[in-house]
Amino acid sequence: MNGRQKILYFLYLHRTGLAVTALSLTLLVYPLFQDNPYNLGLSNLIAIHAIVVLGLNLFVGYAGQISLGHAAFFGLGAYGSAIGCVTLGLPPWPTMLAVALLVALVALLIGVPALRLSGHYLAMATLGCNIVVHTVMLQWDEVTGGPSGFSGIPPLAFGSFAFDDEVSFHYLVWSFALISLLLCLNLVRSGVGRGLAALAGDETAAEALGVDTRRAKVKVFVLSAAMASLAGSLFAHCYGFVSPDSFGIFTSADMVIMVVIGGMGSVWGSLFGAGFITLLPEWMDVFEAYKDFVHGGILVLVLMFLPQGLITGLLEQIKIKVALRRRKDAAA
Amino acid sequence: MLQLEKISKRFGGLPALEDVSFHVPRGQVTALIGPNGAGKSTLINCISGVLQPTEGQVSFAGRQITGQPAHQIARFGIARTFQNLKLFPRLTVLDNVLTGMTCEGGRSMCMAMLRLPYLRHRERRLRLRAMEALDRFDLTEKANWPAEVLAYGDKKRVELARATVGNPQLILLDEPVAGLNAEETSAVGDQLRRLRLAGYTLLLVEHDMDLVMEIADKVVVLDSGRCIATGTPDEVRRNPLVLEAYLGRMDATA
Repeated sequence: MNGRQKILYFLYLHRTGLAVTALSLTLLVYPLFQDNPYNLGLSNLIAIHAIVVLGLNLFVGYAGQISLGHAAFFGLGAYGSAIGCVTLGLPPWPTMLAVALLVALVALLIGVPALRLSGHYLAMATLGCNIVVHTVMLQWDEVTGGPSGFSGIPPLAFGSFAFDDEVSFHYLVWSFALISLLLCLNLVRSGVGRGLAALAGDETAAEALGVDTRRAKVKVFVLSAAMASLAGSLFAHCYGFVSPDSFGIFTSADMVIMVVIGGMGSVWGSLFGAGFITLLPEWMDVFEAYKDFVHGGILVLVLMFLPQGLITGLLEQIKIKVALRRRKDAAA
Repeated sequence: MLQLEKISKRFGGLPALEDVSFHVPRGQVTALIGPNGAGKSTLINCISGVLQPTEGQVSFAGRQITGQPAHQIARFGIARTFQNLKLFPRLTVLDNVLTGMTCEGGRSMCMAMLRLPYLRHRERRLRLRAMEALDRFDLTEKANWPAEVLAYGDKKRVELARATVGNPQLILLDEPVAGLNAEETSAVGDQLRRLRLAGYTLLLVEHDMDLVMEIADKVVVLDSGRCIATGTPDEVRRNPLVLEAYLGRMDATA
């Protein structure tokens, strides 16, 4: 190998680590170039969505299941942190952790019976859970503040340093998002991840390879719920205010759309999907009122033409084209 | 090594298998043959846990495995291939083979997420073994292709590679040469012979009689869910019951 090949091989071998490092560095210096609080707020929202979507993409793309109820876990995390910190006066960090564990437990209790279902039935079951949670948030005035929401949630803080402006919050949420990204990348590149990919491909074959499919599905579901809950807590502390509107079934649908844009089973794609759908309204103010139409349209189009999702689908088309060409060359 | 005792499987009231008993000896190739609809695939599914037998018992290496779920049976060291290929089309060829070592890849999701150094080393080792397996089946150049673009014969070989890469104690092969041409069939035959030499125990379901007669040490014949003969290929070939099952009654055609 000459020097040039060596460098290329090194880049190829460490592509994941290098990409994560590059992204981290970019995000580290981003606030230096971007001091508009509105834009920073948007990128923070992307990070929060990305955490949920990363978890959801594991569940959809790797366990091969569908959930139309992840906004419920997102909301439970947000309300959990709000109620814990304000009503019960608990310290924010431990509350965040405890709420995530509680939500994981809830997901376990829902997941064990619900994940015996599949396809449309599972979609309906998770959708139902979302509606129940949303209704409770809306109706249980004394605890949740009802339709007018819950305000006065304190920002997260280390000692006297509070994450109360966009810049400090940028570093906080993106740290969480990058850690989630890294954990997900590690998971999918492991034996466990391959088992999950097998499960998404064909359940019978996965069983025959030694994957405990029912258990694996529940585990991924619980993991994704815990991630959604963490994102919810961050959301609550970021805005200081939560209302049931943010956690309805349309939010769940948006999250699924983010997964679909990014592509099933694509960790990097999740990041892109979260960014794309979060920024979409900014690019076309005209459509603000018709947001759901636009999102629905995108969903239908992508699933019709690239059922594996936009980014993954396109990449796969290219990969197949290349492989087919090489196959032809090899035959010739 | 694998012992079947009075296996019966009924779908509703319909019997697919009735009182099938035989033994698969260690280190040999046992072939399971029979006309279409004889219950061969059902039997394979009962052994591998995809279906549960209605009655009877399967024991493997001295352990009862009846009623265990399929993933548990896989962990006992029984690998299988499927009649209608079950590759993962979206994964690369290499990843498909790597899924054959899921049992060795660890089970803890937390550990996988942390990706500690020991896990990296293990991944590297598994990858090397997968490349070796691909090399055995002459697929090295296609390692990074998505599995779906492979030709049918290559897919069959990828499935064989996936089934053998985890060093299972017993491999159940459900029609490994179905749909292959003569040349590919003889290549797979060579592979199977090599596996036998390497000490693997094979249970082979196959329609291709030439292949079966050539490589099997022991042949079990099923007809309409019953085991009608067992023995060496030569014994079975001369067994009148077998001839009848395959060719119809002799006196009727005479």
